[in-house]
Amino acid sequence: MTPQPVVRVHDLTKSYGAVTALEGLSFEVSAGETLGILGPNGAGKSTTVEILEGYRDRSGGDVEVLGVDPRHGGLDWKARLGIVLQTSGEQGTATVREQVTHFAGFYRDPRDVDEVLAAVGLEAKAGARIRSLSGGQRRRVDVALGVVGRPELLFLDEPTTGFDPEARRQFWQLIRSLSDEGTSIVLTTHYLDEAAQLSDRVAVVARGRIVAEGRPDELGDEEARTPRVTWTDRHGRHDVRTSEPGALVARLHAEGGEPRALEVIRPSLEDVYLGLVATADQEADGPRDATVAGDGHRASSAGVAS
Amino acid sequence: MRTLALGLSRTRYEVRGYFRAGDTVFFTFLFPVVMLAIFSVAFSASGSFGQRPDGTEVGAAAFYLPGMIAAGVLLSGVQNLAVDIALERGDGTLKRLAGTPLPVGSYFVGKFGQVLVTSVLQVALLVLVARVAFGVPLPTDVGPWLTFAWVYLLGIATSALVGIALSRVPRSGKSATAVIVPITLVLQFVSGVYLPFTQLPDWLQSFASVFPLKWLAQGMRSVFLPEGFAAAEAGGSWDLPGVALWLAVWLVAGAVASVLTFRWIRKDS
Repeated sequence: MTPQPVVRVHDLTKSYGAVTALEGLSFEVSAGETLGILGPNGAGKSTTVEILEGYRDRSGGDVEVLGVDPRHGGLDWKARLGIVLQTSGEQGTATVREQVTHFAGFYRDPRDVDEVLAAVGLEAKAGARIRSLSGGQRRRVDVALGVVGRPELLFLDEPTTGFDPEARRQFWQLIRSLSDEGTSIVLTTHYLDEAAQLSDRVAVVARGRIVAEGRPDELGDEEARTPRVTWTDRHGRHDVRTSEPGALVARLHAEGGEPRALEVIRPSLEDVYLGLVATADQEADGPRDATVAGDGHRASSAGVAS
Repeated sequence: MRTLALGLSRTRYEVRGYFRAGDTVFFTFLFPVVMLAIFSVAFSASGSFGQRPDGTEVGAAAFYLPGMIAAGVLLSGVQNLAVDIALERGDGTLKRLAGTPLPVGSYFVGKFGQVLVTSVLQVALLVLVARVAFGVPLPTDVGPWLTFAWVYLLGIATSALVGIALSRVPRSGKSATAVIVPITLVLQFVSGVYLPFTQLPDWLQSFASVFPLKWLAQGMRSVFLPEGFAAAEAGGSWDLPGVALWLAVWLVAGAVASVLTFRWIRKDS
């Protein structure tokens, strides 16, 4: 028996008046999987996640989270989720331990508070008022509150914004350990290294649509991931895309000795991602009149498919 | 059961938070006590406000105590909750709670519990200061204390519900204090807390009589002032049925408005 997906989204749309925020997203998250949702600011990442969390209503499409439509998610459903929201500016009069202990009380089978504090690296700050903490430390309290209920599915909305590099590494370690315990995770981020480090699969959202989906190292089309070899000779700088960079370098060396300023560049996730977003922008920013032509094109291709 | 148990856990959490927030402790909890002390000292030289049946004088502290208790009930309920919940809506507290399995009912048990605990302590402190620092004699019969009990409980319940309803009025957490405090401050001035009610112009008396604070203060005066003072009331009597009626009307209005308007979050904002 194949396990049911924990998240199932089909043709999700969302509009605010005349503004369309989401234009038909479809994706799934399998049990135990970490899905990274990548995209520029305003692409629709947070809107998507907030619909899954039950914070926003959708305009159209089907959504199931842990087998339940989030519009009708009750307390039992919420007890199986962990939500780490994007911002938090609470007064913070409670201490770290008081806050985590209080929230643990909302759940039937919470994690041990000390274990959670240790996992997020806040043991030394357990007795400190939350308002006295740094931004990164407060974010770790957010994560502690998100995981203390032993969620089956954890939502992380840009969790490491404002972290220093070391804190980010520690945080990644924490998320990996949760993932190893079988927690399914939906992570939105605009840090590509974070998505690459943590995600089993990445979906790139731009202009309210998913423009690419796949394993971090398989994202984008073949050409976008083809390595480039660059070098300089008496004719100037060369830049060649090739799927066999080793062979090219060997040939260069055989023909003219050591090439000057030789570089073999394997496009990073960032290069691929920026290419995808730029393409989405070009398509969306085409002349206004092109909309009609675009619709016509879509209609005709649908006709071909049917 | 679970809703109630979590509500009590919320109450502990809320009361602790209340006393750790310096500004609420001063502007809500200590404010009536400070005002009682100032008025008692400021008007101590202006002699008697009237006489008790046994011939002793009613001093400034005794005269102002009922009004300050009523003001305290207003502040602990209306001002405290309206500002508190508006802040929690603005700063993400409500949104975070909405994502947990905490029942909405527990959240409100927590708020009512916080209001009740802090208000009882506040009233006790007011009475203690009046008795110990200013030598105000307290009622010795059971009757006035029974009146006190129902006026107080009805008043604090009404005040809390009106506070919850009013928490929807400020557009943001930042503006909460600026929107709510003037409302409660004006009410205190026109409802006979600081100024004797019958000294106000008739139209202002009629205006103030629509709001619950005037009735709450009147009910409290009936407890702490001698019977002879009833003649100085607007209707020439304590009018306790009127007190009960008007507080009950606001209780129901506050409850209905709260149920209709309270949401964990503003969806699609």
